[in-house]
Amino acid sequence: MSAQAEELLVAAAARLMTGRSTVFIGTGLPMLAAALAKRTCAPELVCVFEFGGIGPALERLPRAVGESRSFERAWAAEGLAGVMETAQRGLIMDGFLGGAQVDPYGNLNTTVIGPHDAPRARLPGAGGANDVGSLVWRTVIMMRHERRRFVEKVDFVTTPGYLDGPGARERAGLCPGTGPYRLLTDLALFDFPAETRRARLIALQPGATLEGVRAETGFAFEAVPEPETLPPPTPEELAVLRAAAGMEAAA
Amino acid sequence: MTEETVAKHTCPDCRWLEERVDLDEGLNFACAKGRLGSGSALLTRTPCRDFAAPARPPARRHRAAPARPWSPFLQTPDPDGLRAWNRDRKELLPRPKIMTEHDAVRRFVKDGDYVGFELYGTVRCPLSIVREVIRQGRRRLRLLGQGLMDVDLLIAAGAVAALDLAYVGYESHGLSPVLRRAVEKDGLPAKEWSNGALAWRLKAAAMGLPFLPTRSMLGSDTLRSSGVSTMRDPYTGVAVALLPALSPDCAVVHVQRCDVFGNSQIDGVLGFAPEIARAAKRLIVTTEEIVRPEFIQSAPERTVIPFYLVDAVVYAPFGAHPGETCGIYRRDEEHVAAYLAAIATADGTRAYLDEWVHGLPDHWAYRRKVGFERLAGLAP
Repeated sequence: MSAQAEELLVAAAARLMTGRSTVFIGTGLPMLAAALAKRTCAPELVCVFEFGGIGPALERLPRAVGESRSFERAWAAEGLAGVMETAQRGLIMDGFLGGAQVDPYGNLNTTVIGPHDAPRARLPGAGGANDVGSLVWRTVIMMRHERRRFVEKVDFVTTPGYLDGPGARERAGLCPGTGPYRLLTDLALFDFPAETRRARLIALQPGATLEGVRAETGFAFEAVPEPETLPPPTPEELAVLRAAAGMEAAA
Repeated sequence: MTEETVAKHTCPDCRWLEERVDLDEGLNFACAKGRLGSGSALLTRTPCRDFAAPARPPARRHRAAPARPWSPFLQTPDPDGLRAWNRDRKELLPRPKIMTEHDAVRRFVKDGDYVGFELYGTVRCPLSIVREVIRQGRRRLRLLGQGLMDVDLLIAAGAVAALDLAYVGYESHGLSPVLRRAVEKDGLPAKEWSNGALAWRLKAAAMGLPFLPTRSMLGSDTLRSSGVSTMRDPYTGVAVALLPALSPDCAVVHVQRCDVFGNSQIDGVLGFAPEIARAAKRLIVTTEEIVRPEFIQSAPERTVIPFYLVDAVVYAPFGAHPGETCGIYRRDEEHVAAYLAAIATADGTRAYLDEWVHGLPDHWAYRRKVGFERLAGLAP
């Protein structure tokens, strides 16, 4: 993904954190977005990291979800089970996740490409994503928009989205009122309306077109009439973001 | 104590003697060897002189239950087995347990064992023990795969038969080529779990339970591939996944400081150290610093792992290198970059293992090879 596309994605994700309270931050792009949000639109954001960091200042960008920076000047440092139990009790509002594959129902795959017993590519595994997708109230999926990643059916449901449609999460016994809230890419923003629970395009990233998004998406999707265009990153956001990313490169 | 009763039992320390002394109606015993003079006061249990001697094969009845055919899990839950193990095989009084990596691995990690390392690859991970396990050529290990360099090094060394896998990857540095080769080419079996699930499985064992219900993992292939049962809770009707307790045969935790008995303090996030320390049958603690017991006693609320859980205390400064240990040293980015370049190919991985594991006798030699000045330069 080009630096520009990544900046679009991260800046838009940071704005989604405005007015949020506790957010569960996965590794990679969500970390960058959280660092940006803390410096701009959501200074009070309480970021939660799976190995135990709760509410770090994020003055320095963590390179791993368990390293010292994930609890630098934090409110608390506890453990993996404690954090996940906090989510299970309903105290963590949002979770920001990435993935290798996503389908129209927001199911995520980070386990294998191909069959599980003879995979073409072995990916890292569920990590904390399955717990986040199961337990936090709203999941926000952040992904680069590529046709091979946006498939009709994921090879392996690592993290449950709406499974196969309305009511499926409830039938599987997942906590009521949870599920994917937004799917954000470098091209577009989707929601998951209650009637279909399929991704529906609600906004475009600057420079993207509906046709362009369809060409990069391996499944059919609806779009709201006349989707708005997300505001581009402000110079201030870009400066903060580049400083944070550059700090990581220099570290 | 005025009267000593002599029971016909095997000594829990040396498993050799026929007699031991009952101190308090069946809870604590002392080894009876040389202790049976009339009127000798036995207020504390002293370590058996044969403690360090090569042990006879331990009593069969307390070995981990072999995986039963109906259990789909790599390690079958066995809460009663763990209770019996803790009664018969744990040192319940504070006794020094300091030993080297070599001795700790020789005594407590066996071929075929289920082994777990806390936390993960580049954060407070007991890599000095990982390297020693490889040096001693352990085989057919079943591994708790919430890891990174620890898991990769053991897989690359051919020590691993199967994985309980939550996450093995280098985050911003991408996928693990070692795991990819092992799974895609060599068919290494892996069962899928989430991070929370593995922590709760350890917690179930730590609670002495056969399973723990959770509301995670439901509906996913992660659940289906792991063989977990689900049920409706009889009180509320809520669906739960029944995570099987996981009691590793041996667990290893790296801490910032502990005393000679194993009372350990951890700075920063706890990962799953409290759970795995309580769940494991054997626990090796490696530590950056050994402190006086009085230091532990001055702030007992800081003890995350109490002594009675610990079987070995290994003094291992920079034991997590090239990873970090919070407050003491940062991740050695240069070494990690060289490591990542090396593991891109199978040959490179072998060369890395030859240079940094097989080519060095112990952790002291490893530190010398890295360079003491360079290590000192990693201070945060």
